[in-house]
Amino acid sequence: MPSPRTLYDKIWHNHLVSDAESGSGLIYIDRHLVHEVTSPQAFEKLANQGIPVRRPEAALAVADHNIPTVGRAEGITDELARLQVDMLRRNVMRTNIPYYDVDDVRQGIVHVIGPEQGFTQPGLTIVCGDSHTSTHGAFGALAFGIGTSEVEHVLATQTLTLKKAKNMRVTVSGTLPLGVTAKDMALAIIGEIGTNGGTGHVIEFAGEAVEALSMEARMTLCNMAIEAGARSGLIAPDETTFRYLQGRPFSPKAGQWEQAITLWSQLSSDPEAKFDREVHLEASQIAPQVTWGTNPEQVLAITGHVPDPATIADKGKREAAERALAYMDLTPGMPLSEIAVSHVFIGSCTNSRIEDLRAAADVLRGRKVADSVTQAMVVPGSGLVKMMAEDEGLDRVFLDAGFEWRDPGCSMCLAMNPDKVPPGARCASTSNRNFVGRQGPGSRTHLLSPAMAAAAAVTGHLTDIRGFSAVEGE
Amino acid sequence: MNAFRRLQSIPTPFCHDNIDTDAIIPAAYLKTVSREGLGEGLFANLRYRDDKTPDPQCVFNEPRFESSRILISGDNFGCGSSREHAAWALVDRGYICVIAESFADIFASNAFKNGILTIALPKDQVTRLAAEGEAGRSLVVDLQEMTVGLEDGTVFTFDLDDFRRTCLLNGLDEVGLTIKHHAKAISAFEERQKLEQPWLYRQ
Ligand code: SF4
Repeated sequence: MPSPRTLYDKIWHNHLVSDAESGSGLIYIDRHLVHEVTSPQAFEKLANQGIPVRRPEAALAVADHNIPTVGRAEGITDELARLQVDMLRRNVMRTNIPYYDVDDVRQGIVHVIGPEQGFTQPGLTIVCGDSHTSTHGAFGALAFGIGTSEVEHVLATQTLTLKKAKNMRVTVSGTLPLGVTAKDMALAIIGEIGTNGGTGHVIEFAGEAVEALSMEARMTLCNMAIEAGARSGLIAPDETTFRYLQGRPFSPKAGQWEQAITLWSQLSSDPEAKFDREVHLEASQIAPQVTWGTNPEQVLAITGHVPDPATIADKGKREAAERALAYMDLTPGMPLSEIAVSHVFIGSCTNSRIEDLRAAADVLRGRKVADSVTQAMVVPGSGLVKMMAEDEGLDRVFLDAGFEWRDPGCSMCLAMNPDKVPPGARCASTSNRNFVGRQGPGSRTHLLSPAMAAAAAVTGHLTDIRGFSAVEGE
Repeated sequence: MNAFRRLQSIPTPFCHDNIDTDAIIPAAYLKTVSREGLGEGLFANLRYRDDKTPDPQCVFNEPRFESSRILISGDNFGCGSSREHAAWALVDRGYICVIAESFADIFASNAFKNGILTIALPKDQVTRLAAEGEAGRSLVVDLQEMTVGLEDGTVFTFDLDDFRRTCLLNGLDEVGLTIKHHAKAISAFEERQKLEQPWLYRQ
């Protein structure tokens, strides 16, 4: 009998091309998502050395990080951004890598389009020059972000030399209360284990509350694994996964589908498998979360108050909290639900899928964005998400409420394109990072779920979504 | 990649936890197709004031650390975005060694690929090394011996994965190495996978 293994151990083992010393190995990479910001230097170096791309069909390229979300027909006015997109287009043409151009309906954020196209599949190794590649772990794939030198290595060899990570399991038992989403679950986990709680580990998410999640919600959860320091998050594939994948463009077709299901069904941790670290959470105890500081572990339930740094025992954490409060311009003891916002952003690879837009639209139907909110925008994750939302009439709901309805891209998640939160302004955002200046120099970010972001847009301040409908309902 | 053997320099003390790559190099500097010149954006949000003039209070603007090649920081250095620009910016500004309590995984890998030696040491030792920088004393980092030496003769030892150590010591290029040593094994893997999961090989 082989010793019991975790899901991560199995995927690692299945992709080991050759063992190296000291727990490292050369790992085969099945899928590679490529975007405009982290790839040009990799293509350039290969071209200079005359090294070809090994398997262009194992890659999929798209521009998402720096492109504008309005007026695309006029082209990109930012010269540097345009150069990056042109360069990507030239590089993929030259190397035969499949590419969705900016005006293609399949264009969108890398981590939204991979799953949408069925490019993301259980048991695969998937990389991208973007840390939120952990998103694809929702399908039981070992997916992780890489730097540009690794992009180059994968293009040239379809492999990476990796050090095997440790195994961690986060089990969420029970049922999530009404109004509490995968985003709240993710933030609550990060609040519990910290931004480096998962460093050096692959986190497998398990338990009833995780199994009950839709694919979209699982992606939200795995997306945030990196915010807990784990390069990858994983969820064992099941019926929900298979149902999502059936019939998508890259999915196995009839005849091979059964073969795939047989293979994919073996992808779970053995019952006796040992994890280096186990964390348990009770779903019923999770309340809607909002961040108050400048990293995702500085998070609390919306019913809480801005913490007082003086009460934090650890010196490093205390000083970090002091700096965060100064930057965020918040006073200790203030109820989180009284924090006023001027900007609302619904989008990013964390929360820009159809379910996220539906959840936000449900809150906004028949309501208006508060006068005190100067900008509220929705940026769908892909052209296909946008189209589906429009078919369902969600665009009307957003527009009627006073939201802007944009074209897909990363947008205000990292503010590389013109979508920025102005200095000193405060944004309720469904993205994943509340770092200093992340949404634009001097911007202040509060991370939350799509429904909570919509509620904040209506009231003009952070708002507990539970009971919101009852209080202000039509 | 340049080989890394032995380095002597006054270290720059910057002991904060969770220094993220957005802080190391803000997104505004990522719109480049080159690896060069990113030093200008290194810690830009800290180095420059709102009116874009250098903040003299910022450690990275202090003349005494201008030629420093070693950076000292706290826990979880380099967390966040996978941008290798963070490593390029450090190298461009002259930093080829970072000593911290711990490193985020992606950053550590990016750093290594650009010839930056990352050394993880316990908090008390990191604090001590930062104090050396503050006092204007230099450190000697020896990768062969895996030691950090202080002027008073104190020596701290560190650990590093064998593969990374060999590559750094010899300035080896990984892409070339993999092609040279593993091309056959990679092809064999692909042949096997093609039988098991043929749909992954559809053109
Ligand atoms: S939406 Fe944000 S986090 Fe996601 S890929 Fe784009 S920049 Fe990265």
